[in-house]
Amino acid sequence: MLAYSFRRLLGAIPTLLILIAFAFLMIRAAPGGPFDTERKLLPEIEANLRTAYHLDEPLYRQFGRYLYGLAHFDFGPSFQYRDYTVTELIETGFPVSLKLGGLAMLLALVVGVAAGCLAALNQNSRVDYGVMALSMTGISIPNFVMAPLLVLVFAVYLHWLPAGGLGDASNLVLPVAALALPQIAYLARLTRASMIEVLRSNFIRTARAQGLSTTQIVLRHALKPALLPVVSYLGPATAAVITGSVVVEQIFGVPGLGRFFVTAALNRDYTLVMGVVVFYGVLIIAFNFLVDLAYAWLDPKVKLG
Amino acid sequence: MSTAALDSELAAGRSLWADAWAVLKRNRAATLSAWVIAALAVLVIVGPWFCAYAYDYIDFARASAGPSFATRHFFGTDNLGRDLLVRTLYGGRISLLVGVVATAVSLVIGVGYGAIAGYFGGRLDALMMRIVDILYALPFMFFVILLMVFFGRHLVLIFVAIGAINWLDMARIVRGQTLSLKHREFVEAAEAQGVGAFAIIRRHVVPNLLGVVAVYVTLTIPQVILVESFLSFLGLGVQEPMTSWGALVHDGADVLESAPWMLIFPAVFLAVTLFCFNFVGDGMRDALDPKDR
Repeated sequence: MLAYSFRRLLGAIPTLLILIAFAFLMIRAAPGGPFDTERKLLPEIEANLRTAYHLDEPLYRQFGRYLYGLAHFDFGPSFQYRDYTVTELIETGFPVSLKLGGLAMLLALVVGVAAGCLAALNQNSRVDYGVMALSMTGISIPNFVMAPLLVLVFAVYLHWLPAGGLGDASNLVLPVAALALPQIAYLARLTRASMIEVLRSNFIRTARAQGLSTTQIVLRHALKPALLPVVSYLGPATAAVITGSVVVEQIFGVPGLGRFFVTAALNRDYTLVMGVVVFYGVLIIAFNFLVDLAYAWLDPKVKLG
Repeated sequence: MSTAALDSELAAGRSLWADAWAVLKRNRAATLSAWVIAALAVLVIVGPWFCAYAYDYIDFARASAGPSFATRHFFGTDNLGRDLLVRTLYGGRISLLVGVVATAVSLVIGVGYGAIAGYFGGRLDALMMRIVDILYALPFMFFVILLMVFFGRHLVLIFVAIGAINWLDMARIVRGQTLSLKHREFVEAAEAQGVGAFAIIRRHVVPNLLGVVAVYVTLTIPQVILVESFLSFLGLGVQEPMTSWGALVHDGADVLESAPWMLIFPAVFLAVTLFCFNFVGDGMRDALDPKDR
């Protein structure tokens, strides 16, 4: 286990380096620069700015400098928000995004798995068809369509919930729902399919023959193996929730991290774009690692190594 | 290659497809969805010719007007006074076009990559699949966003960018299938006759992959449409006055309190299309995927 974790960490290093190099080169290759403004700067001033931010150095020196900073957890200064470092911006934005994304994932897991089990236990009944039709609808309505529709219904017409902003819990309901609904739909389908397969297996029949109740069978015997595909989907799901939050944060005016990404790219805020990409890249890699560990815990057949 | 080998190959192909067709036809949801998609495709291609307005015509007097039969703005107008019906249809053209072309791009890359890795095997396979593993771990959506921001909103770029991120799954599936195909008798027979590796891949391996590939193609199209809409929603898709469903949803979301029709019509079109493609894809999987047999 420890050896495996160590090897996985080593394996993540080239992935990270490729990620960083890719983003770094792409940004430098882009037309336009961080100091393009409406009013043309004096060439001397621009040259001074470039020197101050080390943009006049050759690319490999800049890359080395960036890596050196990263190794010390320093993402550099933001080019656009001149008074802040990228680290500070991530520190203010990420907790908000984490709250949104975490709640959405939690909601998706609980509701999705429950709905999937319900459908599997009532296979080919009305409940099953109802759940499956709903989940197909959920998959087909992307979150950037779902979000404004939710606002239209619950904020504009019904006035039950605020349309945006960030204050108390009621502000969180709509964005979390918009992020979670497609994932709920997907997880319900996954859970249903694998639960049906598990319920057909011999050890479940044995449990039934011993007179266990359905609840006991599902909770104590069927759920663990049935969750395997769900767990392996959690990696991609995290990535989807993170990218989804880019639009959801925009729609609801939530001051999270996702919102920075597009504006930073538009403003050629090199360091902020890099910071967000690297930060989220590390997050996704770390989460995939945790998913693999959870997988090994759930499935005794899987040997790590 | 002898005619006998060719005949048996054709016969095997036909029976697989005939089987699949029979299963698919019995699946009512999938059949209905396929018809809806066909109808939508015809509608977005032919429809604009019969609309009262051009997609970029600005009806100054009737900006942000609701749906009305009297003015022949059946879906209403947007905040510049452009007819929403014809814009929704034009947006559909772009969305479907991107769906098909970008899927084709990912199909070509994925099948080529997967078949080569699977057929040659050994170190080449290990290396190529290691690359795929690494690419899997990258947050690709971010790169597509960066690409669109930096290099402008060119339609060709959208095709390539979206296609380039969607081939990973295809490559993995194709490689797995190729591994099992390459030890089959007809491949060994071709090898014994001295047929070159790429000719074998092209004539013997790839045709036998098409069943599995067809399933993933139908499931990839809605994904791709979704990605394009996502980009358009962020304002990174096609350029004004051209439009796509994602861009229309974005415009609609901005004014949903005063002009809800601007959101609802394109949103419904987008959702129905994705819904139908997912249903057809599911039906195809039931019909063609050897795993479920």
